[in-house]
Order: sequence, then C-alpha cells, then structure tokens
Amino acid sequence: MKVRASSLGFALAAATTLGFMDLAAAQSGDKTSRTLEQVRARGFLSCGTNTGLAGFALPDDKGSWSGLDVDLCRAVSSAIFNDPNKIKFVPLTAKDRFTALQSGEIDVLSRNGTWTQSREADLGLLWAGVNYYDGQGFMVRKKLNVSSAMELSGASVCVQQGTTTELNLADYFRSKNMKYEVVAFATANEAIKAYDSGRCDSYTTDQSGLYSERVKLMNADEHLVLPEVISKEPLGPAVRQGDDQWFNLVKWSHFVMVNAEELGVTKANADERLKSTNPEIRRLLGVEGDFGKALGLTADWGFRIVKHVGNYGESFNRNLGEGSPLKIKRGQNALWNKGGLQYAPPVR
Amino acid sequence: MTSASSGDASRIQPPRTPFWRADWARGSLWQALLLAAFVWLMWSAIDNASVNMRARGVPTDFGFWNRPAGFDINQTLVPFTSSGSTYGRAFVVGLLNTLLVAFFGVIIATLLGFLIGVARLSRNWIIARLATIYVEVIRNTPLLLQLLFWYNAVLKPLPNPRQSVSLPGSVYLNNRGLFVPEPIFGAGSDWTLWALGLAIIASYVVKLYAARLRIVSTKRIPVGMIALGLVIGLPALSFLIAGAPLTWSAPELRGFNFQGGVRIYPEFVALLLGLSLYTAAFIAEIVRAGVLSVSHGQSEAASALGLPRGRSLRLVVIPQAMRVIIPPLTNQYLNLTKNSSLAVFIGYPDLVQVFAGTVLNQTGAAVQVISITMAVYLVISLVTSAGMNLYNRRMALAER
Repeated sequence: MKVRASSLGFALAAATTLGFMDLAAAQSGDKTSRTLEQVRARGFLSCGTNTGLAGFALPDDKGSWSGLDVDLCRAVSSAIFNDPNKIKFVPLTAKDRFTALQSGEIDVLSRNGTWTQSREADLGLLWAGVNYYDGQGFMVRKKLNVSSAMELSGASVCVQQGTTTELNLADYFRSKNMKYEVVAFATANEAIKAYDSGRCDSYTTDQSGLYSERVKLMNADEHLVLPEVISKEPLGPAVRQGDDQWFNLVKWSHFVMVNAEELGVTKANADERLKSTNPEIRRLLGVEGDFGKALGLTADWGFRIVKHVGNYGESFNRNLGEGSPLKIKRGQNALWNKGGLQYAPPVR
Repeated sequence: MTSASSGDASRIQPPRTPFWRADWARGSLWQALLLAAFVWLMWSAIDNASVNMRARGVPTDFGFWNRPAGFDINQTLVPFTSSGSTYGRAFVVGLLNTLLVAFFGVIIATLLGFLIGVARLSRNWIIARLATIYVEVIRNTPLLLQLLFWYNAVLKPLPNPRQSVSLPGSVYLNNRGLFVPEPIFGAGSDWTLWALGLAIIASYVVKLYAARLRIVSTKRIPVGMIALGLVIGLPALSFLIAGAPLTWSAPELRGFNFQGGVRIYPEFVALLLGLSLYTAAFIAEIVRAGVLSVSHGQSEAASALGLPRGRSLRLVVIPQAMRVIIPPLTNQYLNLTKNSSLAVFIGYPDLVQVFAGTVLNQTGAAVQVISITMAVYLVISLVTSAGMNLYNRRMALAER
C-alpha cells in the first residue's frame, strides 16, 4: 500500500508539472499574434539562419555572424531596438528550419529559403519578400569533361535533403528522361564533403550556394559550375502566419533597404541625408510623417536600418559582390531600374 | 499478502470492515484516480497540440500519406520513383532500409561480440590484450564519430568508377559501391527452392532421430555433417537436374557508373560496419561477464571428464552463461536498431533520414511524422524484446 501511494504521489506531481507546462505552452500560443511584443519583452530577436553558407550567413572566428540573410535580421533588430546586435542566431539545417519557425522557436527564418506555394499554403508560413533571386545549378569536376547538365545522365548527385533542390533534381532528370542516383545528406556540409571525396559526380544546390561552397573544396579550381539553371529559386525571409503586423515589419525592413539603395541613401551618408529635401528620402528616414507607428515602431525606423546595416546594394556588395571573396554579379538582383528584379513599393 | 492477513483478522473479529476501508476498494480508487489523471494528461497534451497547430496553420491530418513524394531515394528494396510513389511508399522504403541494416548489424555484432568476448578470456596473452584494446577503443569513442570515420575510410581510398578495382567473377569495387552480378533465375529454378525446403525438413528429422538414438542406444551419428550434406547436396542436385537454369547479369560500365547487377552502397557498408563494430564491443563485455559468472567448478568438472577446453566452453560454460547474457544482449540489439538512425549523417536512406527528414520537411506535418516514427521504433523494439524473451525462457533453468 505504501509503495502504491508514493508512486501515485509521484505520478500526480508529474501530472501537475506537465499540466502546468501545457498551460504555459497554450499561453505562449495565444501570444504569437504579438511577435513584436514578445521580441521586445525578451530583449532580442530570435533569427533562424543557415548553419554556415558564405555570403548568406556565416559566423567568424569571434562568433559574429555576417551575410545577406544575417543583414536582414540585423535590419529588423535595428528597427526594433536601434541596435543591430540584439539577435540570437539559431543555425538550422534545411530539414529542421520550418519546424523551428512553426513551433515558435524563432521569430523570423532568414535562411536562403525558397518561396513556394506549398510552403505558404501547407506549412502555414508567409514569405516576406525576396532578398536573393536564385536558380539551381550543378557543379562537376573539370576532368569529367562535362559542359552541360544534359550530359549528366547516369550520374550520382549529392544533395542536401529537405530542400526544393532535392525536388527540382528529381523533376529535372525525370523531364529529360535521364537516369541518376541521388545521395541525400542532412546538412550541406556533409553533402559537399561526400562530393569532394568522389562519392558523387555532381553537387547541386542554388547557384549562389555552389559558388560559396566551392570555396570549401580541397582544390576549388578543379571544379566547374555548369551553365544550366534548372529552377526558379526566390530566396527570402519567412514568418509564421497569423501576425500581420510582424509580417509587415519584416517585409518592410527589406523594402527599406532596397528603397534606400534606389534613393542613394547609404550607411555613410544617412545622417547627412536627414537634411535632404527629397520627400521620398524624408519619408524613408522618418523626417516627414510617421510610417513606423502602424508597424509598432518609432518614426525613424528606416533611418535606424540604413544607419546600422546600410542599403541593399551595400549589403549585397559586402557579402556576395565585389567586396567579398565570392564576387557574385548583381544579375537578377540588381535594382529594377538597372535591369534586375529588386523592386520595392514606395514608403508613403 | 495484505488481503490474506485482513482475511485472517475478519475471522477473529466478526464485525466486517466497511468497504470504503477495505484494501481492495482503496486500491481500486487510487488506480482509477491514477488512470483518470493519466487520461486527462494525455488528452490535454493532444488537445493542446492540435489547438496550437491549427492556430498556426500547420496541417493536423494524415492526408499527406497518399500524396506523390516528388523526390528520389537511391537504395530502395521496393520500387520507388519520384513521380509515381507516395509519401507512404517513402515510409515503407525507409522502414525496410532500417530493418535491413538492423538485421545484418545484429548478426555481425553478435558473432563478432562472442568472438571478442571469449578472446578477452583467452590464455593467449596477445589475443587477450588485442581484444581488450579493441573493446576499450571502440567503447570509449562516440558512435557518430566512428560512423563518419568509416564512411570516409570506406570512401576515400576507393577509385572512381572508371578506375574500378576489378575482382574475379565480374565483381567491381569503386567509390560508388560494390557491384556484383545479379542472379537471374530461369524456369525450373523453383525446384531448387523446394529441394532446399525438403533438405531442411529432412535435417530436422535426422536430428530428432539422432536424439532418440542417443536415448535408446549409445550410438551417435554426426547430425551436423548429415544436415550440411543435405542442405547443400539436395538443392545442388535438383539444380543440375533442372539443367542449371541460372544466368548472371554482370554489371558493366556505362557512362558515369556501372549499370546492371546488384549494388551494395558505400553508405550501407559504412553504417553496417560502424554499428556492428560498436555494438560488438559491448556484446563482448556482456559475453565475458556471462562466462565469468559460471562457477569455476563447472569448467574444472568438464576438464576432469576429459573435455578439451574448446568443447568444455561450447558444451558446458556457454549454455550456462547464456542465462546471464541474454537480457543485456537484448538491450544491445535494441540499441543497435535505434542507433541506426544516425544514418542521416552519412547519407544512408533509413527511416529517420527519409521519413522524419525529407517527408517531414516537405509536408510540414511534424507531429504526425515524428509520432509515426516513434511508434515504429517502439514496435521494432517490442518485437525484438518479445523474441529475445521467448529465447530467454527456453534457455532459462527449468525449475521443477
């Protein structure tokens, strides 16, 4: 009898604890409609990033993150806290990233994720824009003497699992009626290592990824990125559905950076441009009107972003372009008035 | 025990205890309360999860099961294509791959484990030390590290397909795997299968007969040799009579890689090697403990009867040691099966890699997919335990 009673006591204690936890979980569930309040109360932004992709998100030897995707989180943090460093970066593999966002572990997923219909409709997410227009490509060894993806029939292809890449690959070879062998790995790092050790003839991912992963290979010069782009990969930040204010905040943080580039406002000249007479610049920097209020921010939120992070062009150049080891051309990611696709609606 | 004593008490004291003070009533009450608390806990957890999932627009149903998968898997035991196969089919492929590696892993780990366990007790100093070194090195390093090591150790030294190592009998080895000719059975080859079945039944009959013979007379017949002869001889004979209806489809180098034949993937080999070598170290220790648990008098008695050391080990010590060995051995089998989920790091398409990886990510049905995966591992573990418990009961001391 005694044994029974004490084990019961334990069970009840466990039940109470778990029940309490349930309650806490339910409460946090209600609060997700106010992500901004949560972030403010917590004191930092929880930003889901890549585990390490040069140019997009990569920590340096001091643990400080940099990259195009990181800059987007820094922009959001600057807008909220007037500080680009109030961020907890959560490195995520491709297959874990959406679960982390759905479960509320992170506030924004800025992890070179492709915007697709099913990810919005089925997974309950929203893409807040496109900060990099990309497409999937293949990398092969030069000594294979392959000059086109059409010659890859029968090849073994290393790929990171849980990506659109994995699906595009299947579609591409199926539509071209070619055979291939897929070898899927949990992280890009393992996939690229297997390719490097000769397990696969080809490694496939978004072209930007191919260029930045090539740096990791033993002899980068022995590898070649094939010219074919087999898919559309609009990469951008994603948020959970059900919090429109937060969705707008993230979306417009990106647009502010694009607009700043278009209007010639840079990190260096932001202070001086506060005195500008151009009404568009005045609205962007919060000198005229109060466009931050509806987003739950201060009027100068746009100024804060440009001041701390810089405009889109600066960020691109610093992380991917001429100012970086990757030297990727702007291409589709140039501004709309310079032959690219980056276009932001006006602040007004 | 308590109910018996209260029964005695009631015989001495005629006024019966009221039922709310009876042990059985109180017992049932607490049991019922505990059950209610448990049900409430489960229900609130499920309800809480589904409410939150719906609020976040996450799918809560199993509708994804029959939707086309759209991705490919390299090693499949059942046909699978990205266009025609469903997520449900991907689950089957992953499950079979898990079972495949677990099955062979358990066999190799057991054989190796017994060998090393006995070797550790060997009187030969070098053999005993080597076995000790093996156990200590393998047991004290993380399994994941070993898997990555084996994957690279298997892959790195192998040549690319165009410079494959050619082995006799159209067998090729390169960094895409081991390619062996595939047997293609023609008409009449089913006779060989029937003959094999017949041979197994016949061997069993011989075994029964031999057991009887030993009771009624002192005669002994070599059952093992007869059975071996039957199992090999009968199918071989019928195979020859049917006109050897077997052709081989040899792998040949076409384009990037070998086509045709049977292919053993490097991921599979690395995972199998890693898991079996790792688990074998633990099994070796269990075997050693089991053997040491058998009283020294037993082996002394065996040698007094003139049994050589090998036979005394096989006939006297090991059967008694098995009683100590089997329960922890079951644990190791379960560990091996569960550890196979580390496959995800070396690109082997097991259940976790395919289903809890790609399928989860594509469908977003995290709770459903993880629940199914957990249930599968639970079922595999329970079935393994049940089988081992049956075996344990057979090996246990028959107490009369």
